[in-house]
Amino acid sequence: MTEPVLSLSGLSKSFGALKVTDGVELDLRPGEIHALIGPNGAGKSSLIKLVAGELAADAGSIRFDGHEISELDQTARARLGLTRTFQVSSLIPEFSARGNVMFAAQARRRSVFGFFRQVARDKELIGEAMEALERVGLADRAGVRVSELSHGEKRLLEIAMALAMRPRIFLMDEPMAGLGHEGSAKLIDFLDRLRTEAPILLIEHDMDAVFQLADRISVLVAGKIIARGKADDIRNHAEVRTAYLGEDAA
Amino acid sequence: MISALFFEQLLNGLQLGVMLFLMAAGLTLIFGVMGLINLAHGSLFMVGGFVCAAVAAWTGSFWIGLIASLAAAAALGALVEIVVIRRLYDRDHLDQVLATFALVLMFSEGVRFVFGSFPLYLDPPAFLSGPVTLPGGMLYPAYRLAIIIAGLIVAAGLGLLISRTRLGMQIRAGEADREMIAALGVDIRFLYTVVFALGAALAGLAGALIGAIQSVQIGMGEPVLILAFVVIVIGGIGSIKGALVAALIVGLVDTMGRFLLPTLLAGVMEASAARGVGSALASMLIYLLMAIVLVFKPKGLFPANA
Amino acid sequence: MPEFVTEHRLNIVLALILLGGPLIAHFADEPFLVTLATRATILALAGVGLNIALGLGGLVSFGHAAFFGLGGYAVGILASHHQNYEPLMTAPFLINGTNQMLVLWLVAIVVSGLAALVIGALSLRTSGVYFIMITLAFAQMIYYFAISWPAYGGEDGLSIYVRNAFPGLNTLRPLDFFLLCYAVLIVVLVAQWKMTGARFGVALQAVRQNEGRVAALGLSPYRIRLAAFVLSGMVTGLAGALYADLNRFVSPSMMSWHLSGEIMVFIILGGVARLFGPVVGACLFVLFEHVFGSFTDHWQFFLGAALLAVVLFARGGFIGLVAGRARHD
Repeated sequence: MTEPVLSLSGLSKSFGALKVTDGVELDLRPGEIHALIGPNGAGKSSLIKLVAGELAADAGSIRFDGHEISELDQTARARLGLTRTFQVSSLIPEFSARGNVMFAAQARRRSVFGFFRQVARDKELIGEAMEALERVGLADRAGVRVSELSHGEKRLLEIAMALAMRPRIFLMDEPMAGLGHEGSAKLIDFLDRLRTEAPILLIEHDMDAVFQLADRISVLVAGKIIARGKADDIRNHAEVRTAYLGEDAA
Repeated sequence: MISALFFEQLLNGLQLGVMLFLMAAGLTLIFGVMGLINLAHGSLFMVGGFVCAAVAAWTGSFWIGLIASLAAAAALGALVEIVVIRRLYDRDHLDQVLATFALVLMFSEGVRFVFGSFPLYLDPPAFLSGPVTLPGGMLYPAYRLAIIIAGLIVAAGLGLLISRTRLGMQIRAGEADREMIAALGVDIRFLYTVVFALGAALAGLAGALIGAIQSVQIGMGEPVLILAFVVIVIGGIGSIKGALVAALIVGLVDTMGRFLLPTLLAGVMEASAARGVGSALASMLIYLLMAIVLVFKPKGLFPANA
Repeated sequence: MPEFVTEHRLNIVLALILLGGPLIAHFADEPFLVTLATRATILALAGVGLNIALGLGGLVSFGHAAFFGLGGYAVGILASHHQNYEPLMTAPFLINGTNQMLVLWLVAIVVSGLAALVIGALSLRTSGVYFIMITLAFAQMIYYFAISWPAYGGEDGLSIYVRNAFPGLNTLRPLDFFLLCYAVLIVVLVAQWKMTGARFGVALQAVRQNEGRVAALGLSPYRIRLAAFVLSGMVTGLAGALYADLNRFVSPSMMSWHLSGEIMVFIILGGVARLFGPVVGACLFVLFEHVFGSFTDHWQFFLGAALLAVVLFARGGFIGLVAGRARHD
């Protein structure tokens, strides 16, 4: 069994009396897509925030690439190669699509204190940006301002930015959200091929995508993992079905 | 001898603290409820002083002057809120700063136009113009003592208003979640006008009260405004309790600093240098205090939205 | 406005007007107008400085007068020591006064840069309203210090008897001094233009628009903002140094919060985050002061009214009205 790239153990977080994350154990192996599902309010987004460093855990450990990272902040974790996409698209609104990805490429180089060379003529950055945009299918919208992109296009741009970061792992928070049928199909295909570049911890509501893509599925309910296994195991798991009763598990 | 002077300065510090509270309370309410930073608050302080001095001179009665200044400040506050301020709630802080700065310019010149550039003088009411004998035998100006007492009464009154009345409840709810109370059917526009007018009245009261100790002049509100900002940053923006605690701390630190520093320094350097350096350091003391508080508590001592 | 009025072309026209006006005034034998233009140029530079923090960085600093004043006092103090033939310091090492502008400017930039580093490092730990109030408070601290420190004139200020020297120029001649200040302004504007399109400018604008995203990409918004704040303070400090020589006088009023507010007014009148915004704004301000000031002592009332109107109704300022919305990328 290969060493997991990411491993969470005993991870807990409370807000006052509300325990949003309760002793979560989870790992992510190279080349895999590990999906995290659960009903609304289960704490999936909080878990992503804990892993990304946006929230600080109350207890537990997060090991990434062999290092303990639970004391590090968001910025430090991003630098180690932990890249996340946001559930609600978080982009630079006045920049174009290409500008956003170029900025991600610039960030990957940790290059901030350049005062003379014009970014708009920086062939390296432009090249990397266009490559990422082509991979997600946004190349023809490269020059469009983010504020004018459609919702689905913004989701793809999030992924393009993540690509430009050349991460060690992807944390993806509902990348399919708001994509139509065709868009989702394309993205499923894309993510399938992406797993070989870096493993993906995928939060999704779209069960088609989850069952097609996931090597393993963990089910989170009220902050606890109640089940883990392959697609078929989860589909037939009694507790999981109970948890989803009344939910649209399409 | 020395301890009497010390105690006198202590009381002066309390008096300054109480004045700052009156200013800071209004500022912090306006920010807490409406999310608005209001640079024109110092102008309302100034208007309170001018109206009190002018009306008192005209009628011969300090009390009529005081009531007139409260009414004028509240009315002016309400007017400004309706005409200008309410367009700013949805704007960013830069716009609010600039628009209220514009109001400062307009008020200053407006007052100068009406009253001229020379300071006005205001006499405290007759029965308060002499000294009072405190327990322990020292003498202290009755008027200053009255300000301290009045300020503490206002603080208590505000506390009761916030915690016991319907208006207070709306204010607290508004501080917690602005959008929600609108959705619950509270008449936001009226609430905001009332809060602004209330803050203005407090500032006007402070200006009127101080007018009998210092002269009433254009620009009198500005140093007080900046100190009030320091108070609400230290106390926590949006918190009345924070404003009271911080105002008293700032008032005491500033007054005692100015009193003690030159004396302390005179022990290590010659007298005139001690005076110069001492007063320079004393004027910086409050800001150093603010910087220190912020290092440990970036949202102030009692942040309203913890 | 028609398509050919791009912001770039407008900037060139403005630069030419600002150069041409005083030249014409000089040959028409109106040195006072040349001095007026110099005042506008220097105030514009102060605004350009603030605009780096405010327009590009989104940092509403209400204490930039502190840097303006520190730059001015750096010049004032060194020049007065030079005039009095007294060294500034003899121990631990000897520092004499000087009257060389290039040296004075360097000192002004370093002093205001250091002040911006300290003030910025503390203030940038906060945000929003807190940041505005804290920058205001720090500037007030420096203002009160300047008033109470006995050695350099206190509230009365400090005079510089003779304008400082610049190699090759007769700085006492209004036109010479104007051209010097104009050159400084243009150099700084070109540098800012380059910076805005370079990696630092891009990063700063990204931080202004979405700080969370920048942090998630592994960059530190705090460091980027601090760097911008220091650069901004240095430019405004340089403007203060020039202002000291213009008036041959420095006083604590150079550090007052009124001045901080006025510098912001230039920016908003001209257009926030526009390269030439502060230039237009400063010129409009000086014109306003000169024209309205000659009619009435209460001209600031009308300035306030105009400012209020711009904030409420014409948010993009002059450049916004003429050249339309800013284009990016």
